[in-house]
Amino acid sequence: MKSAVEIVRDIKQGATTASAELERSLEAIHARNEELNVFVHVDETAARETAARIDERVVQGEDPGALAGVPIALKDNLCRIGVPTTAGSRILEGWKPPYSATVVDLLLAAGAVPVGTTNMDEFAMGSSTETSYYGPTRNPLDPSRVPGGSSGGSAAAVAAGMTPISLGSDTGGSIRQPAALCGIVGVKPTYGLVSRYGLIAFASSLDQIGPFATNVTDAALVLETIAGHDPRDSTSLPEPAPSLVSVIESGVAGKRVALVRELVDGADADVVDAVQRAADALREAGATIVELSIPECRLGLSAYYLIAPAEASSNLARYDGVRYGLRVDAEDVSAMNEATRTLGFGAEVKRRIMLGTYALSAGYYDAYYGQALKVRTQMIDAFRSAYREADVLLGATAPSVAFKFGEKMSNPLAMYLSDVFTIPTNLAGDAAISVPFGTGEAGLPIGVQLLGPGRSEAQLFAAGRVLELARESS
Amino acid sequence: MATPLRREDVAKVAKLARLSLSEEELDTFTEQLGQILEHANDIAALNLDDIVATAHPFGLINVVRDDILVPCLPVDDVLGMAPDAEDGRFAVPRIMGEAP
Amino acid sequence: MTLPNGWEMVVGLEVHTELRTTTKMFCGCANAFGAAPNTHVCPVCLGLPGSLPVLNVRAVDLAMAIGVALHSRIGFSTFHRKNYFYPDMPKDFQISQYDLPINSGGYLALLDGSRISIERAHLEEDTGKTTHLGASGRIHGAERSLVDYNRSGVPLVEIVSGPDIRSSTQARLYASELRGILIATGASDGRMEEGSMRIDANVSVRKSGDPFGTRCEIKNLNSLRSLVRAIDFEALRQTELLDDGGVVRQETRHWDDAVGATSTMRVKEEAEDYRYFREPDLVDLDPDSAWQERIRTSLGPMPAERRGALLDRLHEPTSAQRDALEVVVDLSLDAYVAAALDAGLDGALAIARAANELAGDIEHLGNLTSEAFVTTLSLESSGALSATQAKTVLTELLANGGDPASIARAKGFEQLSSDSLGATVATLIDEHPDEWARYRDGDDKLAQFFIGQVMRLTSGQANGKAVIAELQSRR
Ligand SMILES: [Mg+2]
Ligand SMILES: [Zn+2]
Repeated sequence: MKSAVEIVRDIKQGATTASAELERSLEAIHARNEELNVFVHVDETAARETAARIDERVVQGEDPGALAGVPIALKDNLCRIGVPTTAGSRILEGWKPPYSATVVDLLLAAGAVPVGTTNMDEFAMGSSTETSYYGPTRNPLDPSRVPGGSSGGSAAAVAAGMTPISLGSDTGGSIRQPAALCGIVGVKPTYGLVSRYGLIAFASSLDQIGPFATNVTDAALVLETIAGHDPRDSTSLPEPAPSLVSVIESGVAGKRVALVRELVDGADADVVDAVQRAADALREAGATIVELSIPECRLGLSAYYLIAPAEASSNLARYDGVRYGLRVDAEDVSAMNEATRTLGFGAEVKRRIMLGTYALSAGYYDAYYGQALKVRTQMIDAFRSAYREADVLLGATAPSVAFKFGEKMSNPLAMYLSDVFTIPTNLAGDAAISVPFGTGEAGLPIGVQLLGPGRSEAQLFAAGRVLELARESS
Repeated sequence: MATPLRREDVAKVAKLARLSLSEEELDTFTEQLGQILEHANDIAALNLDDIVATAHPFGLINVVRDDILVPCLPVDDVLGMAPDAEDGRFAVPRIMGEAP
Repeated sequence: MTLPNGWEMVVGLEVHTELRTTTKMFCGCANAFGAAPNTHVCPVCLGLPGSLPVLNVRAVDLAMAIGVALHSRIGFSTFHRKNYFYPDMPKDFQISQYDLPINSGGYLALLDGSRISIERAHLEEDTGKTTHLGASGRIHGAERSLVDYNRSGVPLVEIVSGPDIRSSTQARLYASELRGILIATGASDGRMEEGSMRIDANVSVRKSGDPFGTRCEIKNLNSLRSLVRAIDFEALRQTELLDDGGVVRQETRHWDDAVGATSTMRVKEEAEDYRYFREPDLVDLDPDSAWQERIRTSLGPMPAERRGALLDRLHEPTSAQRDALEVVVDLSLDAYVAAALDAGLDGALAIARAANELAGDIEHLGNLTSEAFVTTLSLESSGALSATQAKTVLTELLANGGDPASIARAKGFEQLSSDSLGATVATLIDEHPDEWARYRDGDDKLAQFFIGQVMRLTSGQANGKAVIAELQSRR
């Protein structure tokens, strides 16, 4: 499949049309969506109209935009006016937002062509896309395995060649982990770099929207397009989007890369091995490799599983059957709220809502939520000092390759542990990217994770590009 | 160090969160949440008295907007979403108590 | 009202005031009263999935202005979520301020010379409005309810007093003084009937000197009158309960103005666990000294100061005049009165006209310049216009604006001033020779008789002083 960069180039040169590229994408979707359950909604008519408009602009000699004619898949938690958006939940089944997320407006302005919405764990709570009310998504590389999650659909769309790029959201690893399990590139940007306006919230202080792509340059191109200050998001960083593509070949010569013990400990042997080989590749390219320990990472999982559920318990209170979405009728309002939420939410969402409610409730706040916030401060400080010793941190993205269905559904804690390497970045608010590097069990892909301080995306993409080149040459 | 999670704690929390649980659900959730909280005890046990919570990782403050009108949603779109509506308003079954 | 058997009431007031902003607290929807239901809503104030709040700077300015007027400490503050389910609350949590309010501490000085301490004055968002269908129209026995979210997200400041109030009279003084301040700061229009100023009262009783008793919170106080009645009723209810050996249960009680009684609304044991936590979609607020200074300097004098200023210019004012003065200041009519005093006119007259004629048509003050007000009063005190005529001219000025003299002429008032009055008096003297004789022989009481006759003939348009002058010129 052509990369986004190639599609844009060819369209601008008249070598292909947005409509033609869209049809290619739709064919791929028709071919495997039944089997893989990647898209929960495909809007062919709207997509064809959008593509036609791009082609018209090209004919008119207008600039069709940085993502002209590139088919893109959007996670089902990104609001698009008039398009069913459910966050993988029954409680929002059929809900059509009367407004669009800022990222959607930016993509459309850049000439991208949204083809549909992708499956996800319900309200992004999960690491396998098995908690979706609309059924699990299968890993295109091995349909007996999960694609990871929560953005499993968006990862699978790119891995299956249905679209060259897609958007997901990452609260504790929901972009990087599925990217790793599907053998593609996934980016969790600095907190506040991409507007959250129109992203159906899971945990507001951790959520970030980011791209999936087959290659680092495409990912950089998408992030350039969706990043930048948004006055509608109070937590959005004040500065405009950074340039990333222009500096993507700047390499890692003279950079200090630290292999972080806590970001590989407990990973499968082949994963540890891949990370080691990634370190070697970076050294080859002129980086100095050091070893580093950030013990605070060990507390990340606990802090995350108190902070995220606490915020979620409040963010998801609004699904009460009064204003939109599902309503299960009952005698009085409270009973109606309860019946609606009981039927509308799945087990994992209920589990987290209750966990968060408990963590915030009188008598437990200080022991749990309060402590977790302080651990978060320690995490931020720990990474800040790590970045005084290294420009980039290196570790595994996930402890293992894609696992089988049902493997972890019965044991929540085991499922949560698959995010142990990605969670610290969300707590710190920093940036991280997962790049496929080598394969493991059953020839399945392994992702290595590059981490950097806030606003260091350019450097991370450059390092990711180095690994990409090393992979191609090997 | 927090006390281990009890069945009645889960029942209370479910009520607060407007969720109803069957008896067996109550059992499984008590066990599963208990496990997670037990894992969380590693931080519950820490002494962090001198650490303060961080609001925004990059320290943003005083983010405000000017007091300027922005178009509202068309009322048809608004009520079009409503599970039940009556003369321009969202309709709900009887409310048992006044707002706190 | 004083309580029996040495009981003393202890009252603290929680006042919620809607801020007079153009838009809501966290979105660009209009902050307007009385629009068609659900026409002033957007994704943010409807709590739609994915929407995010952004703080209205004007709401912060007004909250700080209130803080300045209440001598509060203004400083670093945060927003929290108060979590509870209620259909009038789109997100099922209210964004409010918790442990770090924008204004903390302070006091309010009352007309009776007392000082009520202020605990805090914090920012929070308003809820939507529910209408209850079925039998009573009240929430109880309603079949179903309807919700309008136009008010959802309207900025509020909640002002919490200390438990310093000891009588319903003092509570009334506090509420009206606070109302004056809210209007003077431009923070609120202070309209209780429209709900832009809402009062809850925490009432308990004790034998003076004893520690505080158990308090009850009284809601639904829609006027100063109901505030006074509710507090008196509740305090009395508690003393009777205690005198009969009962105990006061901590609860929220509903005031029914028609019945004139409070009744249990919610027992505090059932109190919700609000699970307050820092609102992660908003950042902290830390108004620097420059910002605070801008607010301080933008504020005009507060009612107490303005009352004092006018009071100083009155020669031993009567209590009636003091009351009128309060009205004048409450309605911000002091500029007119000051102008009249500057013109050397009688302060008592100026205050009377302002507190009656001007207060009577407050919506149309725009039509009345203080020059026109002063001119009219000069005409009145010179005798060119009678009191009735001066009032008519003011009413006309308020209704349509214009120039006092020409209005008076248009209404044919001045004819009465000189010659025509003389003619009228002459005729009367001919018609009533006996009365005229007695008057001429020094019986001044007869002057009243002639004035009465002139008034009858001129249907009240004549000026008493002018008639006497006319009579004396013929004595
Ligand atoms: Mg309040
Ligand atoms: Zn709004």
